Amino acid sequence: MFFTYLRRELRRRRKAALVVASGLALGIALVIVVNSVSSGMGKAQDKVLESLYGLGTDMTVTKAAPAQSSDNAQQRPRFDFDAQDSDSDAEQSSDIVMPQGFQTLAASTVTKVGEQNGVSDAVGGLSLQVIKVNGQFTRGQFQQNGDGGRQGGPGGGTGQPQGEVQGGGANFDVNNYSVYGTDVTELTAGPLTSSKITSGRTFKSTETDAKVVVVDSAYAKEKELKVGSTVTIKKVKFKVIGIATADSGDAAANLYVPLKQAQTISDQKNKVTTIYVKATDSQQIDTVKSTIQKNISGTTVTTSADLADTVSGSLSTASSLATNVGKWLSIAVLVAAFLVAGLLTSSAVSRRVREFGTLKALGWRSGRVTRQVVGEAMVNGLLGGALGIALGLAGAYVVTAISPTLEAQLGGGGGTGGPGGGFGGPGRRAAAKTLDVALTAPVSATTVAIAVGLAVAGGLIAGAFGGWRASRLRPADALRRVE
Amino acid sequence: MYELKSVTKRYTRGKETVDALAGVDLTIADGDRLVIQGPTGGGKSTLLQMLGGLDKPTAGEVVLDGTDLARLSEAKLTKVRSENIGFVFQSFNLIPTLTAQENVETALVPLGVKVKDRRERAAEALKSVGLGERLAHLPSEMSGGQQQRVAIARALVKQPKVLLADEPTGNLDESMRDEIMDVLERMWKELGLTFIMVTHDSAIAKKAPRLATIRKGKITVKENASS
Repeated sequence: MFFTYLRRELRRRRKAALVVASGLALGIALVIVVNSVSSGMGKAQDKVLESLYGLGTDMTVTKAAPAQSSDNAQQRPRFDFDAQDSDSDAEQSSDIVMPQGFQTLAASTVTKVGEQNGVSDAVGGLSLQVIKVNGQFTRGQFQQNGDGGRQGGPGGGTGQPQGEVQGGGANFDVNNYSVYGTDVTELTAGPLTSSKITSGRTFKSTETDAKVVVVDSAYAKEKELKVGSTVTIKKVKFKVIGIATADSGDAAANLYVPLKQAQTISDQKNKVTTIYVKATDSQQIDTVKSTIQKNISGTTVTTSADLADTVSGSLSTASSLATNVGKWLSIAVLVAAFLVAGLLTSSAVSRRVREFGTLKALGWRSGRVTRQVVGEAMVNGLLGGALGIALGLAGAYVVTAISPTLEAQLGGGGGTGGPGGGFGGPGRRAAAKTLDVALTAPVSATTVAIAVGLAVAGGLIAGAFGGWRASRLRPADALRRVE
Repeated sequence: MYELKSVTKRYTRGKETVDALAGVDLTIADGDRLVIQGPTGGGKSTLLQMLGGLDKPTAGEVVLDGTDLARLSEAKLTKVRSENIGFVFQSFNLIPTLTAQENVETALVPLGVKVKDRRERAAEALKSVGLGERLAHLPSEMSGGQQQRVAIARALVKQPKVLLADEPTGNLDESMRDEIMDVLERMWKELGLTFIMVTHDSAIAKKAPRLATIRKGKITVKENASS
């Protein structure tokens, strides 16, 4: 009887049922789309962050670069070239290799960090900037004037030869690229983990001091490098063993060499710029951060959450829109939908006063009548849920299909030590970089579960409105009101 | 057997107080057929609601087979209604979305009768009121007389001790009225139940063996020797 009565009643009031279900569907669809877009934003942000310090890293430990001062002029790269004769074709070349962005840390700090409570793994890396100037620097020629070069002034002149310097100058190009010294015995952390080897191979754990290099695919294309080619860094020749393609499309470095080699070419023996840290428990990252900061003074510990705060641009704007406007819009629509569902159910009970009064006169308990009302509301809710899930999935599919490109600007604060500039390794280089990330809207099982929960909640709330009214109906009042 | 002792029902609307029943004393024996008459607003329907346990008196006792309905909880009163009392209303009060058979079944639902048994008993009850061919019809597909017969079948399917009818012919034309009265009378005789009916119709009232008249909440009962 319950289901027969329920089915017939819903069929009779299908317009009202459709209004209730549509309202709930709209709210639920919004929740799904907002949730999945937020999740997509999160994934996009993760992708951006992974491009900085790779997969599986929970935090980085660095030492901020010193504040700018007049002394820093001495740290700026300086090139000295002797000018050659004008008829000389010989090229001169000089390259400077220096740590990028941060002060270096002693390699022993890596061990010290690794020994901290809550640290599962700590791997050091050296991020370098190479500036190579290559070209011709020639001397000018002095040309005497044609009158013999003597121009006497009043009183007999100076007696100096007269003429001008002609020719001479410089023709050079500057090549600026980044090199990352990676610990080949611990390839599970660091920037290289967010790249895939698309040609050749990665480092072997035995190649701790080998003159081998993995080249980022974009750089390899630009410089026409392939597996087997040779790259020269500060007069040291490295053999290309692999080409790596960054997952995010923007690599952390142009070249990856074994850490020891990086230390040698940059004269930074036993030094690292960044320590990549993996926590034993991802829920305890903040505690581990505090521990490291407390026990190893002078370092800056940056978690992915800190780094996420430095992401700006349209990705950040969209993310904030999704989390703020989207969330509140969803809540507003859901509340409105719940209210409309509740009021419509309540008004439907009012229109069925005689019906329920009669059933109570026949001996139906209030609970049975209430169950009938709640059952109808639940079906409406579930119908709305199904519609909402379908709509939400369609919305999420459309977002993924259109895949709007969002721009993520990393850092930008430019400060030292703070979130604007204090993150790991190649981060300083990335501080000014902009990444394009395609937005997706993945719908997780949790999101669908939330939607089902909301549908049930919607049904229950609507049913509670109507059921409460129905349960309070006294048969005599109900029958009297209509006679 | 009903025993009403000093039953008063007072309604208050704002500052105005109305006694729909003012100290009614009435005894109705098992198997009696009582017709209640009176002007509109005189308290007829209120009395019927007290007898049916649909409402409780402000004062007094409504005793059915030794149980004072006025003192029962809502749950127990519901049980009494579901087992012992059948109702027939002026506006039929059928559930519009349910078929004739399903409407009759609604009276058996609170008794926990199994589905198969429920269907059979509902079909049997409809046959007994001459609607054996109309089991699957919705109320909207039936005439007023047929709808009232469905309502009678619904009231009687659980074999109650008491049948309460509130102007059962009020919405019917003359021929339908006679038809319905014939059905009710036949059922009363066949089932031996207590039949209490409120009506405005003098023709029906004349035929009643006992006639109660309510005016301003006061009741007078007259035995009709000719019926």
